[in-house]
Amino acid sequence: MYLLELGINGAMSGLMYSLVAMGIVLIYKSSSVPNLAQGALTMVGAYVVLAFANGAGLPMWAAIPLAMLTMMGMGMGIERVALRRLAGRPIVMILMMTLGLDIFLRAVTLVIGGGTARPLDIGISNDPLFLGPLLLNRAYAVGAVVALGLFTVFVFFFRTRRGVVLRAIADDYMASWSVGISVERGVALSWALSSLVATTAGVLWGSIQGVDQSLSLLLLKGITVAVLGGMDSLGGAILAGIALGVIEAVAAGILDPMLGGGTRELVVALVLILTIMIRPHGLFGRHHIERL
Amino acid sequence: MFFRRAGIRHTDYAADRGLFPIPADRWAIGALLLLGLLAPLVFSSLTISSYLTPWLVWVSAALGLNLILGWAGQFHFGYAAVMGIGAYTTVHAYKAGVPWEIAVVLGGLMATVIGVGFAFAALRVKGLYLALSTLALQFVMDWVISHVPAISGGVSATLQAPAMALLGQTIESDSGLYYVALGWALLVTLFMLNLRRTALGRALVAVREKDYAAAVIGVQAFRYKLVAFATSSFIGGVSGAMLIFCFYHAVTPEQFAVNVSIELLAMVIVGGLASTIGSWFGAAFILLLPGQIHTLIAWGAKLLGVDIGIETLSHLPYAVYGALIIIFLLVEPMGLGKLYGNVRTYLMVWPFGYARK
Repeated sequence: MYLLELGINGAMSGLMYSLVAMGIVLIYKSSSVPNLAQGALTMVGAYVVLAFANGAGLPMWAAIPLAMLTMMGMGMGIERVALRRLAGRPIVMILMMTLGLDIFLRAVTLVIGGGTARPLDIGISNDPLFLGPLLLNRAYAVGAVVALGLFTVFVFFFRTRRGVVLRAIADDYMASWSVGISVERGVALSWALSSLVATTAGVLWGSIQGVDQSLSLLLLKGITVAVLGGMDSLGGAILAGIALGVIEAVAAGILDPMLGGGTRELVVALVLILTIMIRPHGLFGRHHIERL
Repeated sequence: MFFRRAGIRHTDYAADRGLFPIPADRWAIGALLLLGLLAPLVFSSLTISSYLTPWLVWVSAALGLNLILGWAGQFHFGYAAVMGIGAYTTVHAYKAGVPWEIAVVLGGLMATVIGVGFAFAALRVKGLYLALSTLALQFVMDWVISHVPAISGGVSATLQAPAMALLGQTIESDSGLYYVALGWALLVTLFMLNLRRTALGRALVAVREKDYAAAVIGVQAFRYKLVAFATSSFIGGVSGAMLIFCFYHAVTPEQFAVNVSIELLAMVIVGGLASTIGSWFGAAFILLLPGQIHTLIAWGAKLLGVDIGIETLSHLPYAVYGALIIIFLLVEPMGLGKLYGNVRTYLMVWPFGYARK
């Protein structure tokens, strides 16, 4: 029973990792850029919401959409200034660029917003949810519902005209180019969507653990989920998020008392290594992985 | 200007293939070496112990990472973990009574053995996936080091390093430690400079450029990737040990955490991939610049009467450091080494610039 409870809570928190992973997948799909700054974007998103809510004194329902808009602009700006010029460069440059962005965004946010953790209250009560005999974390449940909701929205979005354009770019950007699709605009759109998802993740995680630098550490979990699900599959990100959440929670529940804590990061890193060693294209990825 | 090629006529292959065929370079190197040797007389003890010694150690570490990233073209996001393995092994061996010189080599060998473990990821995947798997291995290493008390040294996770004894002489003075670091940095630099003239170096470059093309001309990509990981891990392990004995004097797990790996990557990228002199510049840039900027901003704020909070002040250098990486990648992706090369090529034919074409 204890394990079941851990598992369900884990699955829900895993769905919240999927939010970070979905941001990575969106960008990777359209432009093959593995965005290591996604954790920093999540953190910036939470800070921007706080800035609108506390700084400008807006109510939450206004602050969050405004922050999302700001972040979408910022994501497009990052793509335009930093990454478009690196298109076609070796991957080491692109990875290093996203790492540099990660460091830069984190530091600038801390310079402006300050490093002390502060609460972000979006009106979720702390009382647990009771599901039969199981105690569920209410914040995680909200997060899971939001993640699934966003995923559904994306499923429908990819059936609209603009979504089809994005899918075409993800499929073959050369071919899209030659039939007159503006690949640059598509990539910018994917950055905007990714920043939107990042803001959502930032708000949800911020409401759980407070807003501070540690939000950017979600990157490791997000990227593990993205790799496990296949770097270019949104559905994979959702399923892999659930899987990672369950594995992490159950393993930590069993191992923590034995090894003295801190096994969560270890489990995540091991899942990442094993995925890459055994099935580098992940559960649902279809990208051809170059290997020797 | 000074780097005139005119009048230099090599009459045999050995001279032609010398490390520094241009006399001006030889003079410059000689002068720099002399400055390096006389540094304890020129600079204050504080400058030596807090700037020059760490710089030299980080240069050797950056060169080791450059071997794998710049020469062999393989990602390594866990280099700090490799350094940590070397450092912990050396300190433990030395505390157990092994002579210092042997302990350092042991540290390097241990780092090699585990570093080759990282290479097995490289044998299966490359590019992004290699980067991620080495990053994950870094996290695993961090966890192992900080959660096994036998390695990290008990509850407080700090392990004091006893003073080193080189060839029976105990070295404790700042200048003595500086000379040890200088010796190691020069050794690694010499190795890297010579690497490009050896079959190994050329094979690594071939693997970097296109591994199956290398395989076609008979270079075993597998083998050379392993060799590259092993060599660079050895350099990293010894550099980690040097870092502890020459600079920190105590080992804690945070000294070799993931952000240190990223800092090292930044040194290599800012310095320039596969550029030896670039690693010297890059290490100086990343290591010393944030501190200088910190002082500069504090001074500027005082001058203008603006009150900048301590917290803001402590995060600003990181913002600058991230911005530097971004700017370098956009403006000069080959880094400081390339900038130096540009100036040098310009001066080489100055004032007859047209002669370059």
